[in-house]
Amino acid sequence: MVLTSIIVLAVIGLVSAVLLYVLLQKFKVEEDPRIDQVQSCLPGANCGGCGSAGCRNFAERCVKADSLDGLLCPVGGTETMKNIGAILGMTAAESTPMVAVIKCQTICNNRPTTNKYDGVRSCKISQAVYSGESTCPYSCLGFGDCVEACQFGALSIDAETGSIKVDGDKCTGCGSCVKSCPKHIIELRKKWPKNRQIYVKCSNTDKGAIARKDCENACIGCSKCVKECQFEAITITDNLAHIDTTKCRLCRKCASVCPTGAIVVENFPVIKPKEPDKKEEAGA
Amino acid sequence: MITFKVGGVHPHDNKITASVPFKKVAVPTEVTIPLDQHIGAPAKPIVAAGDKVKVGQMIGEPGGFVSAAVHSSVSGTVKKVDKFRDAWGTYHPCVIITVEGDEWLEGIDTTDTLITECTAEPKEIIDKISKSGIVGLGGACFPTQVKLMPPKDCTIDTLAVNAVECEPYLTHNHRLMLEKGDEVMVGVQILLKALGIKKAIIGVENNKKDAIEYLKSLLPKYTKDCDIKVVPLKMKYPQGGEKQLIQALTGRIVRSGALPASTGVVVQNVATVFAVYEAVQKNKPIVEISLTVTGKKVKEPGNFIMRIGTPLSAAVEMVGGIPDGTEKLICGGPMMGKAMISTDTPANKRTSAVVMIDESEAKRGKESNCARCGKCIDACPMGLEPYLLGTLSQRNMFDELEKHYVYDCIECGCCTFTCPCNRPLLDYIHQGKANVMMIMKNR
Amino acid sequence: MIISNSPHTHSGNSIQKNMRRVIYALIPAYLVALYFFGLGALIVSLTCMVSCVVFEYVIQKFMLKREPTICDCSALLTGLLLSFNLPSNLPWWMAVLGAAFAIGIGKMVFGGLGNNPFNPALTGRVFLLISFPAAMTTWPRPIPLSMHYLDAETGATPLAYIKEIAQLKVDATSSATAIKEATQAIGQVPDYLQLLIGNIGGSMGEICALALLIGGIYLICTKTITWHIPVSILATVAIFTWILHAHNPLIMADPLTHILTGGLLLGSIFMATDYATSPMTHWGQIIYGVGIGLITVIIRVWGNYPEGMSFAILIMNGVTPLINNYIKPKPFSKL
Repeated sequence: MVLTSIIVLAVIGLVSAVLLYVLLQKFKVEEDPRIDQVQSCLPGANCGGCGSAGCRNFAERCVKADSLDGLLCPVGGTETMKNIGAILGMTAAESTPMVAVIKCQTICNNRPTTNKYDGVRSCKISQAVYSGESTCPYSCLGFGDCVEACQFGALSIDAETGSIKVDGDKCTGCGSCVKSCPKHIIELRKKWPKNRQIYVKCSNTDKGAIARKDCENACIGCSKCVKECQFEAITITDNLAHIDTTKCRLCRKCASVCPTGAIVVENFPVIKPKEPDKKEEAGA
Repeated sequence: MITFKVGGVHPHDNKITASVPFKKVAVPTEVTIPLDQHIGAPAKPIVAAGDKVKVGQMIGEPGGFVSAAVHSSVSGTVKKVDKFRDAWGTYHPCVIITVEGDEWLEGIDTTDTLITECTAEPKEIIDKISKSGIVGLGGACFPTQVKLMPPKDCTIDTLAVNAVECEPYLTHNHRLMLEKGDEVMVGVQILLKALGIKKAIIGVENNKKDAIEYLKSLLPKYTKDCDIKVVPLKMKYPQGGEKQLIQALTGRIVRSGALPASTGVVVQNVATVFAVYEAVQKNKPIVEISLTVTGKKVKEPGNFIMRIGTPLSAAVEMVGGIPDGTEKLICGGPMMGKAMISTDTPANKRTSAVVMIDESEAKRGKESNCARCGKCIDACPMGLEPYLLGTLSQRNMFDELEKHYVYDCIECGCCTFTCPCNRPLLDYIHQGKANVMMIMKNR
Repeated sequence: MIISNSPHTHSGNSIQKNMRRVIYALIPAYLVALYFFGLGALIVSLTCMVSCVVFEYVIQKFMLKREPTICDCSALLTGLLLSFNLPSNLPWWMAVLGAAFAIGIGKMVFGGLGNNPFNPALTGRVFLLISFPAAMTTWPRPIPLSMHYLDAETGATPLAYIKEIAQLKVDATSSATAIKEATQAIGQVPDYLQLLIGNIGGSMGEICALALLIGGIYLICTKTITWHIPVSILATVAIFTWILHAHNPLIMADPLTHILTGGLLLGSIFMATDYATSPMTHWGQIIYGVGIGLITVIIRVWGNYPEGMSFAILIMNGVTPLINNYIKPKPFSKL
């Protein structure tokens, strides 16, 4: 009795194995083995930062392409692209690592709120209704669509101030937050060593007087920073200053002359006590 | 009594101001006239700072085929051609005019005399309508002359006049019918002439019995060479929706994506009909709008006529200001209107009402899980499944949304209104629909 | 000022209001149950209601760490409906166990109200029926204002009679004595009046057809439920049993007896119409109702249990997602 069961089971197993093997051979999909190799180099987050539908799709594009120009995994950066280049026998261009910055200070004390939003807590849905709880129509809404979009956990909402914080170490510069922001106030900027960053933390393109009324920390387009900058890195368009990372040398002089504090400096060692006097002078 | 076939809800109608006659709001010292008061391309300004303008003078010409002219509502000097921020924080191009006196442009008949005889040819009528900047005053603001020139493959046989006013609180159309019934009838005749047809149906909801009676009593005077009917409709929201009204009045169905004109019916709001009368018979472009300013706690709610560009706060002051405890200001009716931050925004062709809601009703109820009761399906006038569309929108499943006809949604709000779990269905669906429409457009 | 998307007004309808209306609709049947089963009915129903509410609160507060939603009255209603489906001489600890299963497994593991695929009260009832078949199938005899609880005098339900007779395998060609026996047996089934006023044995809430009908009319008038589900169930049962009855009147009960007995009215008006577990569209609801009707009669006539309503509803609950997927409302633009 026991023997019969063993034999029957063994035969079933054997037949199934043969069947599986035959079917596998018959319906085998021919694929370039390099796709798998390339894919194994990729971070595997399927973030879409490269413009493809996912890591697999990007690997397919790399294998099909004649050169790696224009193909970049922003998350893996130069190193990953070099590895891919090695597999495919192509050379990969150097790329600058990027980091996301939120161009709004969003500290509610500095901008008066005029109303209360009572709907779905989503930036996109709120934006479809109106411009937001604060007076500034360009400001961050603070519901955190970008936090949800980030697959690397680099963004978080500060529990105290309600502003969005970027963790420079975790941010890979994939750009999914940029796409998720209905206010278009997230920018990808060059990642400096030690996550140092200097940028205009404001997106208000209104004229100075209006912008100042909307928010204490708004960029009013006064062009003091433009004059201060020795490297011609700062330009003003639509009453809003912008610091070009390719020209900026991180001298931080612009931040000290900004009368509204719209230019922020992040992760630098604390400035010597002499500096604040200068700032006050400039402000007055 | 007839009504549309599918779905619909019965919000409490709260027509507090139905018996309050129109009052005029005083001309302010400065007006801000938006140049994009209509669907389509904004009007191109044709005046510059320092120019003198008179009431009724064109200050913006149509910026395209689907566009409308904009006229000065006051006489005075153009201060500047600029942009302004409205009550929702978005910018619009505008012309700001400092008021000096009240001088009307020559050729405009400002008297109240009724002119029943219309001598203009159809082409002339459409031309006059186009020059007078007339748009659909039911809220959508679609340029009227475009509607009167349907594509060649649509043969129009019926004019439907939308006098339904299904939004709660709103009564300005009701007052218009009572106070300007003759003018409306002449307007209907003019539109029939412009379209080259004989048949018109005026659909009025049954909560306006006096208006129905009055219009019916006027009929014999105006039906000598055409067939005008006044049809009472059973109260149900959203009867004023174009597709719903066509179905209720004629039984015809507007297919998805098709123009309402494809059914052979042109729908015009009753206020638009009145504006057509004024434009054709009196050469008067749209410089004034009628609106209802109301709310349960408002001291003297009423119906007003005000110049375009006057801040809405001027009308609000006339009803005794914003009452204490008001938590929500709605521009338009409570079903489809938009909540405003303040009333400090100029009146324009889209404005139909200011409704002030107090704290007890302003806040939405606490949202809970969908209980799958299916009440939203019963309520949806487009025969969709709002609970499903809401969830699909929340999860960004656009292919599925398209399969479930999200593009048919008319955003009437019946689903959110009826949901016992207080789910903000329309918030989600609105978002999903916008995305799907964009995907379909790019295809 | 508060800003939100339109609409800015609400019908005022809420889950709590709907649940409360169902509870009001159950009051007539509850009063009848208290009259005929006395103390036992009171003890069982209170035990069920209190334990359902307590279990829901405890699970939400301490296990899921969520805000408890006992205020929406759905747990109270589940408790009341569960007790309606139990015999009034059931030991109280069994009722507690049933309530725990109904709330815990029937509702909370799926994510609470709205996400449960099966009717919680019926899940609890069927759990008890399978676990304690003896206790669940000995029904007390109705004695007005009886003060007995566990020691109540027991008797058979009309459905048990019907079942016994149906299994006699007698038809017109049988011997004269067999036909006579069958006729006598069928005579033991209470008459319609007794069935209507509820002077029969059975589960607590199912006995009085009249009280249940009053509740059903109230629910339909207040638009808490629509007519589609109850009417389609009752019509299916009536037609199906009428065919069987016409085929062999000797052993098959007539349609009216079938409709008035057992949990058919209770199930079709109060249990099958549960929002979360019934289809969304009216056509879907009709298919669902027809399904319940067919399965009920099949179980009653050919199955092992005398009563098939609870199983029929649970089976069709399982089919509901499929119905929702295939039976869609017709879009206005495609009419």
